[in-house]
Amino acid sequence: MEVKLLTQRYDNPESWTLAAYEKAGGYQVFKKAFAMDPEQIINVVKESGLRGRGGAGFPTGMKWGFVPKETDKPKYLCVNADESEPGTFKDRDLLTKDPHALIEGIIITGWAVGISHAYIYIRGEFGVPYYRIRDAVKEAYEKGYLGRDINGKGYSLDVTVHRGAGAYICGEETGLIESLEGKKGQPRLKPPFPAVVGVFGCPTVVNNVETIQAVPWILEHGAEAYRKYGTEKSPGTKLFSVSGHVNRPGNYEIELGLPCKTLVHDLCGGIRDGKRQKANIVGGSSVPVLTGEEADAVHLDYESCVEAGTMLGSGGMIVMDEDTCMVWALAVILKFYAHESCGQCSPCREGTAWIRNLVFRLESGHGTSADLDKLLSICDNMMGTTICVLSDAAAMPTESFIRKFRTEFEAHVGAGRCPIRGKSSHFLESVH
Amino acid sequence: MQPYQNPNLDIAGRDACPVESMGHAVRFSDENQKRFAELLTRYPTKQAAVLPTLWMAQEEFGWCSTEVIEYVAELLDLPPSHVYGVVSFYTMYYRRPMGKYHIQLCTNISCMLMGGETILECLREKLGIGLGETTPDGLISLDEVECLAACDIAPMCQMNDEYHGPFTPESVGQFVDQLRARGK
Repeated sequence: MEVKLLTQRYDNPESWTLAAYEKAGGYQVFKKAFAMDPEQIINVVKESGLRGRGGAGFPTGMKWGFVPKETDKPKYLCVNADESEPGTFKDRDLLTKDPHALIEGIIITGWAVGISHAYIYIRGEFGVPYYRIRDAVKEAYEKGYLGRDINGKGYSLDVTVHRGAGAYICGEETGLIESLEGKKGQPRLKPPFPAVVGVFGCPTVVNNVETIQAVPWILEHGAEAYRKYGTEKSPGTKLFSVSGHVNRPGNYEIELGLPCKTLVHDLCGGIRDGKRQKANIVGGSSVPVLTGEEADAVHLDYESCVEAGTMLGSGGMIVMDEDTCMVWALAVILKFYAHESCGQCSPCREGTAWIRNLVFRLESGHGTSADLDKLLSICDNMMGTTICVLSDAAAMPTESFIRKFRTEFEAHVGAGRCPIRGKSSHFLESVH
Repeated sequence: MQPYQNPNLDIAGRDACPVESMGHAVRFSDENQKRFAELLTRYPTKQAAVLPTLWMAQEEFGWCSTEVIEYVAELLDLPPSHVYGVVSFYTMYYRRPMGKYHIQLCTNISCMLMGGETILECLREKLGIGLGETTPDGLISLDEVECLAACDIAPMCQMNDEYHGPFTPESVGQFVDQLRARGK
């Protein structure tokens, strides 16, 4: 069931204040960390098995280890708070309810990797979360937790909160770096990886909010304590944002490996109005969809999700009941990717628009059965052919929707209209 | 097949290119000049300050006109074309004057599953305007927006920097009434 490590302070209505955080034992772990050798800290994080919580699931300690030790360049940390994967809203809560835990995580990460300046890249749409983290940084400076010579250890760290301005692609780590440098957020070719050449041409660590926020807990309790939760290969806890047709949508911190069935049917109170779960996108709109039956069988850890043909992603779980038209749902999802493609790679720029147009046409009832094969062929050309994975993120759901719900797509062609909703979507027509 | 869609048109069918003119030059207030100077100390390059400077400019001047773009370019020693590129890439920099209250309704999957389409219809009808438009009195602008990371309160919208939701057809009507009552 729920295991509250990162969300342990959520119940306090004043949890976001410095006083509440300090009262709960906050800003003590970094002092412990300062007594440790930076290399030791990286080893603890490696041993804990903590993996990137933004979507890719890359081992965090290993990522830190890629940063060159001997360099005359400054090293930077970019905290990815550009939460925009559809269905995901965990970082919003972390920033709003526990901003000081993020700052303490930044201080520990900074000490371990030798960071001189950390940028918190927060999406521009966030109002309250932005004010909270901005004010928390100010308080931390005033208290001497940030700035010059922290805690008399001779270590100096600056933190700047940097607002994005509305672009999904800036959640991709090199897109974020480009954006932070004051440009359009168009992702870079890798290699070189940011750990070697990142922001301002310097070694850079890019980590998700939830990842950094897990660091103080791990340092306080040790790697072994963290590994008591979760599975062998996916240790620890993870926040899942559950939305769609469940009775109790919201954020849930659970042990990795929990059956999806428990999360949906117990914690979230099941499907609303006692309906059947038709489909479930477990990790944000970019991952392949599961049928209700598949979702009830899957366990929520990185490996089990891959085995089930999907991905854990960001933990943005979107649940759909039996009344949902899957063609319409895919059309809504593809509208998003066509809008957010940054435009630099042809397979993505053209592909996202064409598959959107084809699925819009199928939804309206004017599609043909040849469209389905054409869609699959375009998707095939979109995967693995571009600088970043936005193209794959549009193609993967498309391919899985068609494969798993093909009869529904064919029914639209046969009926000449949407057989589930009765008529085609007025909204989608209006954005043609 | 529908005709090829010009990539210069955004999803609402608006022309994504032009920037309008305010018709007069702009200059930061004394307070914002101080904030700008402080801002520059946070980054190793001037160019990195483009996004925050544009935010400050939009706060003070309301939207990013050609004059604002040229002013920001001059402040940061950049070609205006670079700043224009940034303004046109990100959706939150406005290239036209906006209403006092900017309603941005989420039309991504979780909000749509929870009835976002109906809410959009209600807003269109209640306000008498379409997407990308502002009411004739200049009070309310309506746009659609992609996922705002608040799917737990779907269907929802952003109004200036506040989040509101979940809406029903009734409550969204009351929401508009409240904005009108707040007035200018």
